[in-house]
Amino acid sequence: MSELGATTMRGVHWPSNGLTEIPFKVYTDPDQYALEQERIFKGSTWNYLCLAAEIPNSGDYVATTIGETAVIVTRDGEGRINAIVNRCAHRGNLLCLERRGNAKELSCIYHGWTYDLAGKLTGVAFERGVKRQGGMPPEFHKDEHNLQRLRVAEFGGLVFGSFRDDGPDLETYLGPKIAGGISRVLNRPARILGRSTQVLPNNWKLYAENVKDTYHASILHLFLTTFRINRLSQEGGIVMDDSGAHHFSYSKLDYALEDGDYKQAALRSDSGFCLADSSVIESVDEYGDGISVQILTVFPSMVLQQIRNTIAVRVIRPRGLEKTELEWIHLGFEDDDEAMTERRLRQGNLVGAAGYISMEDGCIGGFVQRALRYNDDDAGIVMMGGYDAAPQPFRASEAAIRGFWKEYRALTGA
Amino acid sequence: MDEVAVRLGVHELIAAYADCIDEDRLEDWPDFFVEQCRYLITSRASHEAGLPHGVIYAASRGMLVDRVTALRQANIFEPHRYRHIVGPIRIEQIDTTMAQVSSNFIAVRIMHDGEMNLFAAGRYLDRVDLTSQPYRFVERLVVLDSQKIDTLLVIPL
Repeated sequence: MSELGATTMRGVHWPSNGLTEIPFKVYTDPDQYALEQERIFKGSTWNYLCLAAEIPNSGDYVATTIGETAVIVTRDGEGRINAIVNRCAHRGNLLCLERRGNAKELSCIYHGWTYDLAGKLTGVAFERGVKRQGGMPPEFHKDEHNLQRLRVAEFGGLVFGSFRDDGPDLETYLGPKIAGGISRVLNRPARILGRSTQVLPNNWKLYAENVKDTYHASILHLFLTTFRINRLSQEGGIVMDDSGAHHFSYSKLDYALEDGDYKQAALRSDSGFCLADSSVIESVDEYGDGISVQILTVFPSMVLQQIRNTIAVRVIRPRGLEKTELEWIHLGFEDDDEAMTERRLRQGNLVGAAGYISMEDGCIGGFVQRALRYNDDDAGIVMMGGYDAAPQPFRASEAAIRGFWKEYRALTGA
Repeated sequence: MDEVAVRLGVHELIAAYADCIDEDRLEDWPDFFVEQCRYLITSRASHEAGLPHGVIYAASRGMLVDRVTALRQANIFEPHRYRHIVGPIRIEQIDTTMAQVSSNFIAVRIMHDGEMNLFAAGRYLDRVDLTSQPYRFVERLVVLDSQKIDTLLVIPL
């Protein structure tokens, strides 16, 4: 914990020790935002960095962020994945300006310092001076000026990084249930189908909560009900690890029955709306378990989504108190045939910034943020389904949101 | 083939398309496409990397109709409009049935409270069917210069 964190950053006042009251200031207070960057994003959490498949070869790199901290992920000559803070040890300049590429070493454009792909300082321009004049004093040792390295771990083809050496390892952090949820979806080599970034006009936590909010889905998102796309089997629930930090919610669908039923409904001439082209929902039970929706979160910033045959990783990136970038990485698999890829692309209309069942999540956080500007002294309540952050066999619940706050308060010392 | 007539027809199609969206006659929007059409909103980065996923993807006129129905009946968003400004239209290639056309555009987003922003800039890469009047799009790729989309994208570009 930094000295700043211990002395000046107290954060907001919480009305009680319960999990059901969330002070509105937590979304609007600048000190709280700074506290989160230190204790959550640079704390013992594990944050998504990239897919291992994005950096298959020695020298491949990706520039990304954890919270607001710029990070480079590299594959070095030994095939190991490294994550390094993207900041030259000399004057703090950004080392890597490109989003992705391949390089033999990292070199700073400002004064030409060079580092190997694991972050070790290998060269200092004019270290011995020019014509025996200037240069570094004898007390300067290159091995004391390596780049700051993060812990790195890989699971299910996803690469994660953590700033702390003393936290749990990744699999312990995820716990068996969440690890199982990831392995279920990413059960074979993935392939990137596309990327986009949605800029949300709100604090990052409003989106982190939204994804864990199983209560709002059928109320805010009216696409499925408007087009009478029935959820023939409602079986589902919320699965959480012991900490409450991570979760997945799921629901099942009788795929074969839906297909027949929807085509029959489309032929009826009664009032209501039908899809003119139902290929946007035509899905196959690719996992063979009837689960049509699984939304999984890894605290604090990653979402893994399976909605029918659309698979995506979403990454929540805070960009200031009232701005969040939500990166969507749409996935298929190496073994998809042409028909499967086309199916995923058509269902892709359901999700993302223009998604039939997700676009409202792009504006709802902004509406909350605007309302808080006028009065943020109160607290919101999350009491649906009780008081705990525990698994539940139903979805009319805010249990997973309470889990987020349980972990958030544990990490921020609130 | 009368190349001048083709140019005029293509110009009219592209201008009328932008007008239809900006003047909120979205019910007419699918009719700018042939039945077996392809409409894809993507980004320059995805396009250049050959990544097929689109922010919006339609593979038939029916899928465009569904976009409009969803926007009118189901989706929830703050009321807003666009103003498209389409730059010079270049006909890259013409054969007897098809023209390949490119144009640049910007779309300003005007919120219901009057707030205006530059919402999108990019290129239209079109394939236009010349076999019937008025001309229709067989394919319209909307290649956005930025991969970032502010808040949400509901009205087509």
